[in-house]
Amino acid sequence: MPQRMLPEPTPETRHFWEGCAAGELRLQRCAHCAGKSYFPPRPFCPGCGSREVESYKASGKGVLWSYVINMRPRPDMGTEPYAIAVVQLAEGPRMMTNIVNCPQTPEALQLDMPLKVSFSKQNDTITLPLFEPA
Amino acid sequence: MKQKSIAVVGAAETTKMGRIPDLSVIGLHADAALNAMKDAGLKPSDIDGVATAGASPTELAHYLGITPTYADGTSVGGCSFMLHVRHAAAAINEGLCRTVLITHGESGRSRVGVGGRFGGGGGSSLNGQFEMPYGPSGPPTMFTIPVLRYLKTYNLSVEDLAWVSVIQREWAAKNPRASFRDPITVDDVLNSPMIAWPFRMLMCCLVTDGGGALILTSADRARDFPQKPVYVLGTGESVETQMVSQMEDFTSSKAFRVSGKKAFAEAGIKHSDVDHLMIYDAFAHLPLYGLEDLGFCKPGEAAAFVKERNTAIGGKLPLNTNGGGLSYMHSGMYGMYALQESVRQMRGIAPAQVPGAKISVCHGVGGMFAASGTIVFSNEKS
Ligand SMILES: [Zn+2]
Repeated sequence: MPQRMLPEPTPETRHFWEGCAAGELRLQRCAHCAGKSYFPPRPFCPGCGSREVESYKASGKGVLWSYVINMRPRPDMGTEPYAIAVVQLAEGPRMMTNIVNCPQTPEALQLDMPLKVSFSKQNDTITLPLFEPA
Repeated sequence: MKQKSIAVVGAAETTKMGRIPDLSVIGLHADAALNAMKDAGLKPSDIDGVATAGASPTELAHYLGITPTYADGTSVGGCSFMLHVRHAAAAINEGLCRTVLITHGESGRSRVGVGGRFGGGGGSSLNGQFEMPYGPSGPPTMFTIPVLRYLKTYNLSVEDLAWVSVIQREWAAKNPRASFRDPITVDDVLNSPMIAWPFRMLMCCLVTDGGGALILTSADRARDFPQKPVYVLGTGESVETQMVSQMEDFTSSKAFRVSGKKAFAEAGIKHSDVDHLMIYDAFAHLPLYGLEDLGFCKPGEAAAFVKERNTAIGGKLPLNTNGGGLSYMHSGMYGMYALQESVRQMRGIAPAQVPGAKISVCHGVGGMFAASGTIVFSNEKS
């Protein structure tokens, strides 16, 4: 199996990937927009353009927002069908992920089911934030 | 160009110059943009037009939190920005938008975040970092991601999607150039091979070869040409996000709503004035989102509208009369074929001609709900 397609962190996103490696799901929030959280990472607030933003440790909790089950696996993802999911995080933003420790079937994957983050180490730099039933 | 009708009110370079190892390409665009906005005393929400080369205008707008009604991705090399100024001047004079942001950013020396152009490519692009690692393999596994949320929100089933494919095949049957013309049933659709749950093969567009071209001139000159002129009555465009996972609402496309509203307003028409409609149908759910986001149906009501044959032959709103991307053809960027069918309908020469059609709305999508363009055509000059 070819090596899984992995993210290449940039200076603006490195804190997120370092957080995952340290077992923390890090989001960012704006000092001006009532602390509104946003994702993906960037060094300013997409709501107001302010550069006064901070990164913080999120709860890692969310619900299953939507998904598809890829019946034609990408070669680097193995040979079994897998769900490509979007999780609605408790803090507001949504992110794409995979659901682990759960059958990859429409019956098992119910929208709005509670999920929690499950970190999956890929190499020394990259740990992916996957989710599992909470 | 109307002389002195347009002015530059903000201008700035990146905060640092020379060697900037702490910003990627999109970060350099954004840094310069934020500085120019500060120079002008504007916030992202004050900008309604974007133009850039190197990055995609969709990626730029979403990164900065801008909802544009004008997006220019003209990329012809180092002079792209001169062309952007010229196009922006025309756009502002024409009322397409009021305030255009033109950006540039290049990590020519440090090479940080290079290669993520148009969002799909490199592992350092936002798509490369926050979507591709989870295994999407092309549009059938990305365009489709919002749909289960749409179905749940409106208590709909996969069968409701299947009706879109069935009714469009009926249109294709009347079109000798359509790739698939044999009738299909809902059962046929629901028994076709599963591609990406809940999408089956007959809910996905074709993959074919082809092309198209259009020629435009002023309405005053148009009468001197051999073909019946088809007039542009109104136009709209917008971009939302190059990452389908970051759509604001999984049951509706913001780019569709902004683009459609602008086109209807420019054209000065009501929905009941529309005789013919094209909605880019890369997948069976797109006509449903389109019917709702363009305002032909209330949220959640498009599936019943289709199933009740309103968009079918003899219905009150003939939709995708060439058979669409689902049955006619789809070479990759289908918008050109949707435009061709609108022009045929307005000329009165379409294989499945809508009798007496005077106004055609042609609505396209780009990327996975990333961008949108809407054109309203008429075959009457006034
Ligand atoms: Zn803010």
